[in-house]
Amino acid sequence: MKISEQWLREWANPHTDTDGLAVLLTMGGLEVEGADSPCASLLEGVVVGRVLHKERHPDADRLSVCRVDIGAGDPVQIVCGAPNVQADRCYPVATVGAVLPGGLKIKRTKLRGMESCGMLCSASELGLAEVGEGLLELGPEATVGESLVQLLRLDDWILDINITPNRADCFSVLGLGRDLAALAGVPLKTPEFVKIAASCSDTVKTEVAAPAACPVLATRVIRDLDPVACTPLWLAERLRRAGIRPLHPIVDVTNYVMLELGQPMHAYDLDRLDGSQLTVRFATPGECLHSLDGTTLTLDPDVLVIADASGPVAMAGIVGGAATAVQSQTATAVLESACFLPAALAGRARRFGLHTESALRFERGVDFAGQQRALERATALIQTIAGGVAGPVVINCSDAHLPVREKILLRATRLQRLLGHQVPGSEVEAILQRLELNFATVAEGWWVEPASARFDIAIEADLIEEVARVYGYDRLPEVCERPSQKLGRATETAVPLRRVREWLAARGYQEAITYSFVEPGQQQLLLGESTEIALSNPLSADMAVMRRSLWAGLLAVWAANRSRQQERVRLFESGVIFTSQDNEIEEKNMISGLLSGSSVPLHWSDAGAVPEDADLFDIKADVQALLQLTGASDEFIWEAGEHPALRPGRTACIKRAEQTVGWIGELHPRLVRHWDSGPAPLLFELECQAVFAAAIPTAQPVSRFPSVRRDIAVVVAEDITSADLLAAARGVAGKRLIDIMVFDVYRGDRIESGLKSVALGLILQETSRTLTELEIDRTVAAVKERISSQFNASIRE
Amino acid sequence: MHQLEQSLRDLVTRAKAAIIACDTLATLDKVRVAFLGKKGELTVQLKSLGQLSSEARPAAGNAINAAKVQLLEALEERRLSLESVELAAALAAGAADITLPGRGQTAGGIHPVSRTLQRIESIFAGAGFAVEQGPEIEDDFHNFTALNFPPDHPARAMHDTFFFPDGRLLRTHTSPVQIRAMRAQGVPLRIIAPGRVYRCDSDMTHTPMFHQVEGLVVDRDVNFANLKAVLHQFVEAFFERTVNLRFRPSYFPFTEPSAEVDIWSESGRWLEILGCGMVHPNVLRSAGVDPEIYSGYAFGMGVERLAMLRYGVDDLRLFFDNDLRFLRQFV
Repeated sequence: MKISEQWLREWANPHTDTDGLAVLLTMGGLEVEGADSPCASLLEGVVVGRVLHKERHPDADRLSVCRVDIGAGDPVQIVCGAPNVQADRCYPVATVGAVLPGGLKIKRTKLRGMESCGMLCSASELGLAEVGEGLLELGPEATVGESLVQLLRLDDWILDINITPNRADCFSVLGLGRDLAALAGVPLKTPEFVKIAASCSDTVKTEVAAPAACPVLATRVIRDLDPVACTPLWLAERLRRAGIRPLHPIVDVTNYVMLELGQPMHAYDLDRLDGSQLTVRFATPGECLHSLDGTTLTLDPDVLVIADASGPVAMAGIVGGAATAVQSQTATAVLESACFLPAALAGRARRFGLHTESALRFERGVDFAGQQRALERATALIQTIAGGVAGPVVINCSDAHLPVREKILLRATRLQRLLGHQVPGSEVEAILQRLELNFATVAEGWWVEPASARFDIAIEADLIEEVARVYGYDRLPEVCERPSQKLGRATETAVPLRRVREWLAARGYQEAITYSFVEPGQQQLLLGESTEIALSNPLSADMAVMRRSLWAGLLAVWAANRSRQQERVRLFESGVIFTSQDNEIEEKNMISGLLSGSSVPLHWSDAGAVPEDADLFDIKADVQALLQLTGASDEFIWEAGEHPALRPGRTACIKRAEQTVGWIGELHPRLVRHWDSGPAPLLFELECQAVFAAAIPTAQPVSRFPSVRRDIAVVVAEDITSADLLAAARGVAGKRLIDIMVFDVYRGDRIESGLKSVALGLILQETSRTLTELEIDRTVAAVKERISSQFNASIRE
Repeated sequence: MHQLEQSLRDLVTRAKAAIIACDTLATLDKVRVAFLGKKGELTVQLKSLGQLSSEARPAAGNAINAAKVQLLEALEERRLSLESVELAAALAAGAADITLPGRGQTAGGIHPVSRTLQRIESIFAGAGFAVEQGPEIEDDFHNFTALNFPPDHPARAMHDTFFFPDGRLLRTHTSPVQIRAMRAQGVPLRIIAPGRVYRCDSDMTHTPMFHQVEGLVVDRDVNFANLKAVLHQFVEAFFERTVNLRFRPSYFPFTEPSAEVDIWSESGRWLEILGCGMVHPNVLRSAGVDPEIYSGYAFGMGVERLAMLRYGVDDLRLFFDNDLRFLRQFV
């Protein structure tokens, strides 16, 4: 909320400057987010001038030549182009030497041959309004020669205060003043409200059909209004500083009272109402309201309206209708000052996109005891500005539906226990008093009665907050808790994510974090058709569905970095994927990686040779290294697999305990162009929970006896995998075979096509003795025999 | 005898001259063979001892052996000298330009947001906070209702929420983990809950996804003074410096009293870094905890905000652009 500091100080005036005032409010929970000058420049040299004489410019129809009294010396001649300039009226005059907002410097000049010593100004030229139509006319309060800064009291600051949703009461000078007075320990200067007796008997009949939504409805008719009345400058300025545009004296007064007391009001033109009855009721389906901003709103049956004989004339507490609003010719106005309860309005304004000042206040709660006071205040202001004869105040109140303010017991022990600090009882009482919360002191503490304006005080904790914030959070101590007696956990049954991250980073991977929502088309390209978990309100089409894999995000990062001339890209991400089955949503933590570009960085020792692009076996090495972290590498089975994102024949499905726990492969060449024109990147994705379950190491004795290596080469059909060969060798050689490796795979001239030669290195060792040559030869022979019989292999000698 | 001694002296003199003249180990070895080899001069002398009389033999033998010792010593001395010269030459020839880069993979790095999260977790782990996780797709109950957001309350509207057609939503904060943890584990409880959260908002200072760390302590007699102490310690541990901070009254539906914490920045203004407060009795109740027996404090911090302050990042969106040139600055 924006409010003039001067205005606020009329209600509570702490002995401190603007910065000090801002700190007081901020540290009381009313955060001052900024303080702006009410005027874009200092307006030095701009004074009140009275046009003494005006005549048409001899050579220009649209210009007037005016003699203007500026209070000092002889009247000056000013040529003016504004159509509304009139003799005997006062306007702001920028005298010679003045600089206007925007940097326009006023000089003695000639316009079409006539000398002009200054400029008559509009509000917008002075930076006091965004749009200005004609000169700013200064009313009777202006004194010729007086500086405009003084006249408009521009030596002010507009405080921008962030009112939290619970503090409905602070959307007014009254509420802010009350808190400021309490925080600063200064008196709240509440003006006395005079009840204005009725001078005529005119009323409108009111009926409240929904008293639970509107327990109080107060109305008053004021007739014989001056149709040419103008909003006085001081009032217009206060509205302007609060960010409200002055429109019409009656509307301006209702807005002023809203700012001052927090009570939103509405004014109808009685002559434009159908009949003389206003009814508060819920809308009937399909009813419409042509609102003040020119749109037609079709109302739902949960929308509260004010209606006349023809239908809705206002969406209660939110916006008025255009057809019945006061306007320049209005002679008789009906003022409405009601209490609409938050529950009856909640969400409605938002549904219609109507963020009005009135809705803002009613949604959060408006003092249900303030309707008449606001009506009297508005009447007094209207009569001062536009005259008029006031009818009696008609109040339609349903006591049974007023919000209940039950007394709350604030226990001294509880206060101390929750704050960790003893606030002296006398200070608690002083704070309650300053907040205008009635209380009775009892043995345990205080029975407190929440004020009607305070919708945020319902339980003891609310009162503890009130005491704490006025007492000052900064005065509460810092006290360390007793140290926790419970030790932390350091499990070894799962590889910590932190270790996985560091491992990947050490192998050259850079972690990325991508959005959890992706473009559905790309997702289907990568993962095939499946149930998408789509957002109802995505920010854009490319962030419309929840990701089922981290690959779409990584591919986008890869492509973006390729476009930034990054050739070697190694990425990983850790995050959740979302899948849906039978309306059950499952979230799984995944680790995924992408590898593209050369397998190693260009190195000087390669004599300029560009390193080869990484292939499947580069990324497999990285994944294998990750799996090693589990201490259970043997549990993982690598099988040739099929995945919509991956190139057939270069795709592996990783299984553990017969469950698929991950995929690795090369992006399908058909898909590459959707991201980039470069070579296909390599991808992996692992499901964390299943993959990173870890085995606790069990130490085995290390043999003291020498090991031997024997190499064999077997020629087998292409479809025999290395895993098949190793498993066969292990099966026959037993524990003696402590390691086995493939050290060459050969295809070519010396081998029949369709076959390959695989060279195996066998490492043999016994734990209790040195192997004899005979034992070694027998073991190797057994391995050869098994492989040749099982795979129809020939042994290369 | 005299003649023998004379000829041995000559031999030793010649041999030493030859040894000194050697400038490689190979030539030195040839000299050794010439004098001490099977057919070497001294070996021949030694073999001729047999021709002497038994009286003359011991003296002659001693003289020859003495000459042999002299030669061996001279040879050894020269060998050591030549070896060190040759080693020096080999070392000189093998000197590398050690400023050239090493071979193989260069290191990657951890995302600054993860790095920040890991630090926050470490700092709180030191004070016994366990890490808890919760789902990112939440229901209205855990994200709002159980956290004391009344239906249609303006505070809900302040959370620009992503919804799913069935009414579920993407969690707008990590606070739902408070409810889940209390319900699952009961109290006392001492947890932090780091994770991704989502708001339907995107501009210069907002991304639709970001990270928070929630903290929750529930026990008998936990109070606001404890909350102030733990957060002050956290902030100083995080920034590794003395930090001036202030607790400013604020509003969250799930805490009462509530506060926002500002730190006094090096640029000379207050910067808001986290929200906190004492757990609202309704929240304790919705998790089945009796607020008359237990009290608690909770806090929530934006991880990106902390990372920006810590690392001097001026644009939030950089974290999700994943530009390698940006990310590589955080190894």
